Amino acid sequence: MIPAAFDYHRPTDMAGVLSLLSEHGDDARVMAGGHSLIPLMKLRMADVPHLIDLQDVEGLSGIDVGETIRIGAMVTQADIIDHTGLTASAPILREAALQIADPQVRYMGTVGGNVANGDPGNDMPGLMQCLDAQFTLVGPDGERTVPARDFYEAAYMTERGDEEVLTSVSFAAPKGGYAYEKQKRKIGDYATAASAVQMTKDGGTCTSASIAMTNLSDTPIFSENAGAALAGSTVDETAIKAAVAAALADIDPTEDNRGPVAFKMHVAGVILTRAITRAWSRA
Amino acid sequence: MKDDVQSSDDRRASLKGLGSSRKRVEDARFTQGKGNYVDDIKLDGMLFGDFVRTPYAHARIKSIKTEEALKVPGVLAVLTAADLEPLGLHWMPTLAGDKQMVLADGKVLYQGQEVAFVVATDRYAAADGIEAVEVDYEELPVITDPFEALKTDVVLREDLEPGADGAHGPRKHPNHIFTWEAGEKETTEQVIDAAEVVAEEMVYYHRVHPCPLETCGCVASMDKVNGKLTLYGTFQAPHAIRTVVSLISGIEEHNIRVVSPDIGGGFGNKVGAYPGYVCSVVASIVTGKPVKWIEDRMDNLMTTAFARDYWMKGKISATKEGKITGLWCHTTADHGGFDACADPTKFPAGFMNICTGSYDIPTAYLAVDGVYTNKAPGGVAYRCSFRVTEAAYFIERMIEVLAIELNMDAAELRRINFIKKEQFPYNSALGWEYDSGDYHTAWDKALNAVGYDDLRKEQAQRLEDFKAGKTRKLLGIGLSHFTEIVGAGPVKNCDILGLGMFDSCEIRIHPTGSAIARLGTISQGQGHATTFAQILASEIGLPADSITVEEGDTDTAPYGLGTYGSRSTPVAGAATAMAGRKIRAKAQMIAAFLLEVHDDDVEFDVDRFVVKGAPEKFKTMKEIAFAAYNQAIPGIEPGLEAVSYYDPPNMTYPFGAYICVMELDVDTGEHEIRQFYALDDCGTRINPMIIEGQVHGGVTEALAIAMGQEIAYDELGNVKTGTLMDFFLPTAWETPHYTTDHTVTPSPHHPIGAKGVGESPNVGGVPAFSNAVHDAFRPFGLRHAHMPHDHWRVWKIANDLGLHS
Repeated sequence: MIPAAFDYHRPTDMAGVLSLLSEHGDDARVMAGGHSLIPLMKLRMADVPHLIDLQDVEGLSGIDVGETIRIGAMVTQADIIDHTGLTASAPILREAALQIADPQVRYMGTVGGNVANGDPGNDMPGLMQCLDAQFTLVGPDGERTVPARDFYEAAYMTERGDEEVLTSVSFAAPKGGYAYEKQKRKIGDYATAASAVQMTKDGGTCTSASIAMTNLSDTPIFSENAGAALAGSTVDETAIKAAVAAALADIDPTEDNRGPVAFKMHVAGVILTRAITRAWSRA
Repeated sequence: MKDDVQSSDDRRASLKGLGSSRKRVEDARFTQGKGNYVDDIKLDGMLFGDFVRTPYAHARIKSIKTEEALKVPGVLAVLTAADLEPLGLHWMPTLAGDKQMVLADGKVLYQGQEVAFVVATDRYAAADGIEAVEVDYEELPVITDPFEALKTDVVLREDLEPGADGAHGPRKHPNHIFTWEAGEKETTEQVIDAAEVVAEEMVYYHRVHPCPLETCGCVASMDKVNGKLTLYGTFQAPHAIRTVVSLISGIEEHNIRVVSPDIGGGFGNKVGAYPGYVCSVVASIVTGKPVKWIEDRMDNLMTTAFARDYWMKGKISATKEGKITGLWCHTTADHGGFDACADPTKFPAGFMNICTGSYDIPTAYLAVDGVYTNKAPGGVAYRCSFRVTEAAYFIERMIEVLAIELNMDAAELRRINFIKKEQFPYNSALGWEYDSGDYHTAWDKALNAVGYDDLRKEQAQRLEDFKAGKTRKLLGIGLSHFTEIVGAGPVKNCDILGLGMFDSCEIRIHPTGSAIARLGTISQGQGHATTFAQILASEIGLPADSITVEEGDTDTAPYGLGTYGSRSTPVAGAATAMAGRKIRAKAQMIAAFLLEVHDDDVEFDVDRFVVKGAPEKFKTMKEIAFAAYNQAIPGIEPGLEAVSYYDPPNMTYPFGAYICVMELDVDTGEHEIRQFYALDDCGTRINPMIIEGQVHGGVTEALAIAMGQEIAYDELGNVKTGTLMDFFLPTAWETPHYTTDHTVTPSPHHPIGAKGVGESPNVGGVPAFSNAVHDAFRPFGLRHAHMPHDHWRVWKIANDLGLHS
């Protein structure tokens, strides 16, 4: 649990970050909260000769709430939990953040780190897919945005280039009912299964549903078919079963200490059913 | 004097002696970050050592190349078995009569085994040095299943002559360690064959780890000028460690000082001797500088002393009315690569023969086969007396299975089979003399406290609701009545490495009426400095607040066998009381002299000696202490000191009744503990607050074990649960509320009637949690399912019973 030697950099602006990244290429990694990267370095599973700490970089820590919500990459889970404007506008964020790790980790862990790392166990990527968020990336060729739903390629593999930095996430203020439902073995654990659901309603009919699943494949899974199964329905038992069946067809869990595949498939269905039921009750 | 008008009750209360919920004197430093743990020790010029460990569970070592490591800045030395061999230190004796490699000698037997020891100027350099050591391995077939180990041609321990006896008798197979038996085989089998009802089950108590918050470590400092070795470390038995170090190093025992500083939890993990200790000592001798070695969490979970891993096949027989007639048990014990269990020498399976539990079982037989596998060595008593938790889990599961067979309420089945109060002292079929007990009183109190009959009605209603589709949660009522055997132990049959398991206390009363007491034990969080002062306060009439308790420094403390197996109060606590009585006897003579009466004409009254029939004539213990140092008393030496080495006449037998009420979600496998009631009878209660804390801690560890904690291996012998992400250590979030209660049945042979309590809650808690899970599914036909009852395994129970279709 002792990392190899590394150089620690602490630039104060994005230009400084980008110049370090272009200078050191693969040998450099940016660090936000460090709660994924530092353990990997201590286990010597990540070789990072140049560590670039983002905490002094200007402009990465704001939360803007309007029709579009923008959250800076260095905003912590604790900031999300404490932000009343954000909670009023997009309450699913607080509900999800409260289920991430424990208070000590939430004071350090950031939105940017959580979404950019590409760890299938992280909760924010699926949530961002549910919200159809856009990720802003800054690199040597300037700024671009990538939809959360297109960002994840495989475990720890994302659309982000080695010389790019994820600076913020943004999404339209969600409407309707919401739920983030997560089963975990204990505090601090990744999900056995988790799902994020946003639903809108007109009269007794569901007008739209967005569903994403966490830690049930090597990437977060946005299940378009699951949402489609609910849209236009009255969200009765048949519709929920159809949505669950669609979501289960999209996921591909693997066996680990949390349990075998059959268990995870079963629990994924239960958790999603609960999430849909709760989101619908709030719609 | 104002003192004159104080009632004896007031004076007694001001002593804060037996029965006082005195606040822990240790906590001021612990809560302010002022504890002094081994990793806080920093000596001038101190070096740091760390291990190259094998990634393979079974492999031959073809070569070890250290040249590159020695080029790493800060790396001073790399020790291998070849370096230790000329000193005869490449192997070391284990506490179980086996021997263990200090550094891999030709092969490795489990993942994480120590291969080379890198010594460097700091721990970062040591870690870099480890990376640079090149080891060439040839993989060998891996055996992780103890049953497979007894059939395979793969020989794990090539150092042992295949046909030769082991430390505990004949070996049946090259991977077999010992067979240990208790009770009557033939009679028991006859009784079971002829019985009206027999229940049979294989009960596996899975491999777990004590996982103290502070891992193991040491600082070895060899002073080459005066030839004295000082070894600071996380030792639950510092005096025994001194003797072991002397025996294997050849350094005379007076030249070795072993110090256990503050210890952050032990739970059995810190009883044994580890390669890190030997390598640190050697490195200090070689370099002439102090050398520190501290495990990280993964090292600790993967290599130092696991616990349990017992496969217990059982048969229990009864009459149709439920009177138990016989118990049979065959245990296959997975000891890993070396037999490094920490048990008294004559008990290679510990006190597993307490497995008749709280019940009057006339005939019983137990056999235990110890087996080598490609897993880490250990087999320590994790918050229990030697193998007592395995025994208690076994019998408490067998009782439940028998209740199913008899179609009987499990509480009632227990009641009709308990040993009766008037049967004590009770001789069990497997050879123990239970000193005291009153099980029926405790049981009835527990059942009443939880409202047992109403709970059963609620459970029946819940079952109906479940079948009607109104709920997906089942209700389980987990019962457990356990009997512990602690306080090892009588020297006539208890020793470790030939050292009798007595313990000791030495007391010095200072002239102004305060005192210091030193003991052969060592607190790892138990609060000895608080409770032993209380024992003494009641014995010698000086306030507990005026008594310092010191342990853990072998240069100052009297010899003792240390703290594990709930032995501190039964053995060292007894020594403390006996030493106190010696003080009091001398004080009586001094008081009689001062009061100018005969010795027999004064009597002890809380904190003073009074003249019989003239209570206004007295001398307080404080006055007597001063007189001991300033008066020339004919026929009495000056000073007021005493020492006692206590050899207990018997073990003590704490018991308790635990009940767990649990909700189980059949779809997710999640559980919720709705109620946990713990009644403990530990005899005389020294400090009720500390008892309550001990119970909370022990039940929480029981919760961990029953509901999730495990050291699991894959088929290649890789540890799957080597970090706290996967190894379940409960936090406040997972820990339920506990209700504690007690009865008091003093031990008849212990000077103050105390029995020990630290481990009872783990022994009794595990079956209570596990039985709650089983009880919830009993109506659907579940007989037994192995722990841990984590989410997926509970889900699997439900799935196998068809509850998801």
